[in-house]
Amino acid sequence: MKHRTFFWFFLPTALAMLLFIFLPIISVVTQSLFIDHEQVFVEVENCDFFGCKKASMVDNEATEQLRREQPLGRFVGLDNYINRSHLAFTEVAEIWSGSDSVGNFFKQLFNLPLYRALIFTLVFTFTVTPLLIILGFCIAIGVNSLSQKIKGVVIFFSLLPMIVTPLVGSLILFWMIDSRGIIGSSLQLLFDDPDLSLKASATLTWVTLIVYGVWHAAPFAFVVFYAGLQTVPQDTLESAMIDGASRWERIRYVILPHLAPLVTFVALIQLMDNFRVFEPIVGFNASAHATSLSSMIYSDLDGESRLLSSAATSSVLTIIGVVILLFPVLIRTWRDWDRKY
Amino acid sequence: MSSNFVEHKSVPVRLLSYSFILLWLVIAAFPFIWTFWGSFKVELDFFSKENWANAITGVRTFGDTGSAFTADGYRGAWIKEEFWKSVLNTTIVCFFVVCTSLTIGTLGAYALSRSGFRYAFWLLIIALVFRAMPPITLVAGYMLPFFEWGLWGHLWTTIIVLVAINQPFTLWMLHSFFKKIPKDLDESAMVDGCTSFQAFRYVILPVMWPGVITTGLFSFLLAYNDFAVTAMLLSKENQTMVPKIAGFLGTTQTEGNVMFAVAAVVSATVPLFLLVMFFQRQIVSGLTAGAVKG
Repeated sequence: MKHRTFFWFFLPTALAMLLFIFLPIISVVTQSLFIDHEQVFVEVENCDFFGCKKASMVDNEATEQLRREQPLGRFVGLDNYINRSHLAFTEVAEIWSGSDSVGNFFKQLFNLPLYRALIFTLVFTFTVTPLLIILGFCIAIGVNSLSQKIKGVVIFFSLLPMIVTPLVGSLILFWMIDSRGIIGSSLQLLFDDPDLSLKASATLTWVTLIVYGVWHAAPFAFVVFYAGLQTVPQDTLESAMIDGASRWERIRYVILPHLAPLVTFVALIQLMDNFRVFEPIVGFNASAHATSLSSMIYSDLDGESRLLSSAATSSVLTIIGVVILLFPVLIRTWRDWDRKY
Repeated sequence: MSSNFVEHKSVPVRLLSYSFILLWLVIAAFPFIWTFWGSFKVELDFFSKENWANAITGVRTFGDTGSAFTADGYRGAWIKEEFWKSVLNTTIVCFFVVCTSLTIGTLGAYALSRSGFRYAFWLLIIALVFRAMPPITLVAGYMLPFFEWGLWGHLWTTIIVLVAINQPFTLWMLHSFFKKIPKDLDESAMVDGCTSFQAFRYVILPVMWPGVITTGLFSFLLAYNDFAVTAMLLSKENQTMVPKIAGFLGTTQTEGNVMFAVAAVVSATVPLFLLVMFFQRQIVSGLTAGAVKG
């Protein structure tokens, strides 16, 4: 295709992405370098019977005007990045020198909002992704051996957890694990502990969120692997059987190698998607025990005091995290392209 | 896989595999059935302190309303809390997002699939990075300019933003579909005297319909399921379903109207249910579209 034709074909989508993805990134970076204006104070002299006192008062009008004229706030450079709610270098250094063991260090690191969110996000991403791949693979193997008639129905119900709106899906589970809901009260019976609540402890909240994450994403892995199973070379499988390979050996030496590229594909997509974990934290009302990078930005933006600079700073750091996470993918795609052209 | 492979399985293995699938089906489907059933009960049944089985039999519902089923939750959500407005807003948003995404997405993806130059590769890579970014990171960038220029809160702003956020995904998916259509097809059309747009419009698009429909479904899902953008960029009266449901959790829950939220959640799930029912094949093909490529 000629450059000229390419340009006209690509222009609309390029404009959309330029204006509403690229420029917002610039806007986020800019905002992260500024901070809200401080209130403007004026010196007022209060004179009464006993003499005059000088006092400083907030000049609301001047503050408003300043904020209107310079909505970005005042320039502070990288201060937003190193303050306590973000990278918190001073605090981390203090904790490092003050703590005697690595475990203790992490425990204290957990009090800093950004590290708290980062640790949860990484734990979530790197436990949910392998678990959902394993579960999806098992479902795919199981469904594959069903008769043709019921496959459709099984696939239909299997797709539901993935298709459902994440917030809605997490709410549905949240109500069931409520201590008055079916799962919550069953668990209380099972463990014979009438006070057991999945919402009360941080560990149980994390487990709940991870279970939700696997429930939500396993169907994706299942569908991809199931499609892959349809293309397993029958000849290889049959000759493996003739050679006396057991069921497990056939899975291990024929099916798994065949599905290996699909496993990478699912892993990459799910790493990206799990890294942005956000809705379940809102749905499970879990922000007291678990915050993710996305939910941290959300809570900054939400509510009366919109902490735009703080949200912008977290956003920039999150984007940097995404790029680091994506690096292997980028290199892979690069090699693929070189092979093709 | 062929059926003769199945026949070789021994009975215990088969039993194990069937019960595993049965267990998975329960895990996957039961929450929906449970919530659907429970949405027609009163709160004290759905969240029962005495016995969870009350949610099935509806003891309190019967005591309160004289019938084992009640539509009070739906009435409260749809009429009292004006959930119908959000449904309307979601419909508008989804319709326009899907149409616009597909129009500009097919053009762009077609160009990407037919250009062998390096820059096409870089554009795809940039799209991949954009695709990986959590939408909420961009929302922080929209807020200030949108407030300053008075764009905040309107439906159409959200529509444009959602279209843009969907583009990277749409481009990748359509790109993989276009790749499968042989280049000879449009080249021969151009030899016959078509301009490249005519070749695209009259030769390629008709062959592409399945791919376009599949991508449309996923655009729809992205718009329908979005929470980050719609929650932050829409004013209260323009809210779509998902932020509206999130809103129910705060005030409504404390007022003892949690069944409104349950009813709204069920209402929001029904369209998705129908979607999977009618378009199961397309959804499956869409999920595997990127994978087959490798």
